[in-house]
Amino acid sequence: MDAGGPIAERVEEIYRTESRRILATLIRLLGDFDLAEEALQNAFAAAIATWPRDGVPENPRAWLVSAGRFKAVDTLRRRARFDAVATELAKSLRTATAQAGEVPELEDDRLRLIFVCCHPSLPPDAQIALTLREVCGLTTEEIARAFLTTAPTVAQRIVRAKGKIREARIPYEVPGLAELHERLEIVLHVIYLIFNEGYSASSGESLTRGELAEEAIRVTRLLITLLPEPDSEASGLLALMLLQESRRSARTTADGEVVLLEDQDRSRWNREQILEGVGLVRQALATRNVGAYTLQAAIAAIHAEAPGSAVTDWNEIVGLYDLLNKIDPSPVVELNRAVAIAMRDGAVQGLLLIDKLLATGELPDYSFAHAGRAELCRRLGRNDEARKSYTRALELMQQGPERRFIERRLRELRR
Amino acid sequence: MKYLCIVYTEEAKLAALPDKEFEQLDADSLAYDKEMRDAGYFLAAQALQSVETATTLRVRKNKLSATDGPFAETKEQLCGFVLIQAKDLNEAIRVASKIPSARVGSVEVRPVRALADKEPWDKRG
Repeated sequence: MDAGGPIAERVEEIYRTESRRILATLIRLLGDFDLAEEALQNAFAAAIATWPRDGVPENPRAWLVSAGRFKAVDTLRRRARFDAVATELAKSLRTATAQAGEVPELEDDRLRLIFVCCHPSLPPDAQIALTLREVCGLTTEEIARAFLTTAPTVAQRIVRAKGKIREARIPYEVPGLAELHERLEIVLHVIYLIFNEGYSASSGESLTRGELAEEAIRVTRLLITLLPEPDSEASGLLALMLLQESRRSARTTADGEVVLLEDQDRSRWNREQILEGVGLVRQALATRNVGAYTLQAAIAAIHAEAPGSAVTDWNEIVGLYDLLNKIDPSPVVELNRAVAIAMRDGAVQGLLLIDKLLATGELPDYSFAHAGRAELCRRLGRNDEARKSYTRALELMQQGPERRFIERRLRELRR
Repeated sequence: MKYLCIVYTEEAKLAALPDKEFEQLDADSLAYDKEMRDAGYFLAAQALQSVETATTLRVRKNKLSATDGPFAETKEQLCGFVLIQAKDLNEAIRVASKIPSARVGSVEVRPVRALADKEPWDKRG
């Protein structure tokens, strides 16, 4: 067979666009992640072997699901020589194969997969790894690179999570309406963690890891189209991610150095993403159920629509932080609010709040708290204090570009 | 599938409850046992005496050692259990989340590992 032929290209394209969907259905039909993964690979191998001869079937997805199912029966039959349980499974699977009509179920399967990967019984790092592996189709190596860990570590997390799904019998289902809201919160949180690691990597050389941010946006879009009823926080999260992502190319210089919001070339912000994000924020704010993601998105929208830092509506931003602090209080929100106050009322006022916050001892190891303090001191000409705070921030910062930014500031202050 | 719902509470907190609330918790627990039994989830449940009444046994090289108390000092203590039958973890979580003691302590939901195909006391299969 000609490996580069049009059929091979077509199979590759179908793999790219359909393989996660087919996997989600195979997991439901086979009741086992690993068996489904193997069946998926076998189904595509069968496609490469037979399509050049027989032509591409009318409905390739249905063909591949069906092929995967038959391959799994083969696998189980082979195993059955050693395993009586597999015999039972193969038998029931053949019965299931006779019953068609899975088409309306297909989209539900993708939603089931998302909820299983983000099941509250799985540890957070496993939720992330499993979602990226099974829902997004990233390889273990890609996930390991993105989270600066080793492939065996990621593989182990995934194996353990699959083991728990099997042993504790976590069902392959979309939670009922009574639980949907709480379970959705976890899904959104997992997506947000993935996005954050892509948007502002916690350590390493590159400031952003764009792929993760893109995957997070993709999964959220998928989630929104699949949910049985609209959820304003899902829209809020999508808006937040789009608005933050819109600044990506302006956030760093060509050689990867940090550019602060106020110094960014706003003409390089992605207008299309801003337009979509702002529209989504408006919709989400119009519902009665305004959550933390929507409020953060509303803050990001104000930045996105302001022509410059000085003409930003800081009063509105402070007000939104007040609301955010009411529904989801955290020291990080307090810190951001203090910075907004500094922009609205002057650095002295902001500094007072940051010092108060640091005095509570809630953010002693948060590098950005010390960097924020240093920046305000610098603006006030209190260079000694600024140096001290930048030094502390540098001790705590692990990310290359952010470290270099602080070092640059320290050099400027020494002059 | 069977799940053991292991109930932990801070004994000090439990002891500090006013009599009325403590009695209410007992009554609620018995009522919920019945609810679970009627719905077909219930297999067994017991509340335990305080850890102060416990004896820990170890057999090493055929020699028995018996010591006072539980083997580990922890903030929360094992104070009871409910064994349920559920079709999957989500159903088990739904049932266990309504165990009245979850309001004062925590409930760990653990799938049971079958040591043999069928325990003699299990008639459900």
